[in-house]
Amino acid sequence: MGKHFFSETDIKSVWEQVSTAFWQRYPNPYSTHVLTEDVVFREVTSDNLLLSRRLFTKTNRMPRWAERIFPGNLSRSVYIIEDSVVDPANRSLTTMTWNINHATFMRVVERCVFLGERDRPVWTRITREAWISSGVFGLSRPIQEFGLARFRSNQAKAMKGLEHALSNLQKASTACHGESAEKHKHLNSASKSQKPQQYI
Amino acid sequence: MNSVGEGCTELKREYDQCFNRWFAEKFLKGDRSADPCSELFHKYHTCVQKAIKEKDIPIEGVEFMGPSREKPDS
Repeated sequence: MGKHFFSETDIKSVWEQVSTAFWQRYPNPYSTHVLTEDVVFREVTSDNLLLSRRLFTKTNRMPRWAERIFPGNLSRSVYIIEDSVVDPANRSLTTMTWNINHATFMRVVERCVFLGERDRPVWTRITREAWISSGVFGLSRPIQEFGLARFRSNQAKAMKGLEHALSNLQKASTACHGESAEKHKHLNSASKSQKPQQYI
Repeated sequence: MNSVGEGCTELKREYDQCFNRWFAEKFLKGDRSADPCSELFHKYHTCVQKAIKEKDIPIEGVEFMGPSREKPDS
């Protein structure tokens, strides 16, 4: 059983900008359900791949009927791991994201690939695949269906969030043409409403 | 963006700023010189690991890209 999701989309942004924006997506206006974001592991391998692990906590919004059946789940956020490999030589960024708690209720595994297109270098192809399953006896089907619906909604927000981050990066490089990277970061920070004292 | 460790957010911001600059200006351009962010990461990482333990977050021993090795539920 379980539910499967697959989507493929092209965006007109250079892969280098997409992979830079990938790390700067949070917070954004569409990510109010993302409570915390942390890098817990990072390594550059000998063949120049960047491996990272991020830990997220997200709200656990469930439909009313699920809240009634699983009242204990309400109080606990969902912990999510996102592992990624950036391969600059092949212009690819591959991510694997899954929840490490609430897994019996529902497990969502998502694999995402951001690939710079060889034939159209200003475009990036985004391939997203997800598997949604539930281990709750007798309720797995409605839980999976709700999970798939929530996943679709979240991935639409994720795309908007990425586009928001890309737009910030592009604005920063237009405004700061010729200036230092430090200044670029400040403009990016401004759009994320960070404290003014942080600017030099 | 907040860190899972309430006291770690400032350290996170400093590390993120350093990383974002290094990623775009060095890593993507094939510059393999030494990572300028390792000290910042170490401070931030120590703080976050403490918070993870305190909150009992089950992240220990989870294999990198774990689910890619498992058969997806069908």
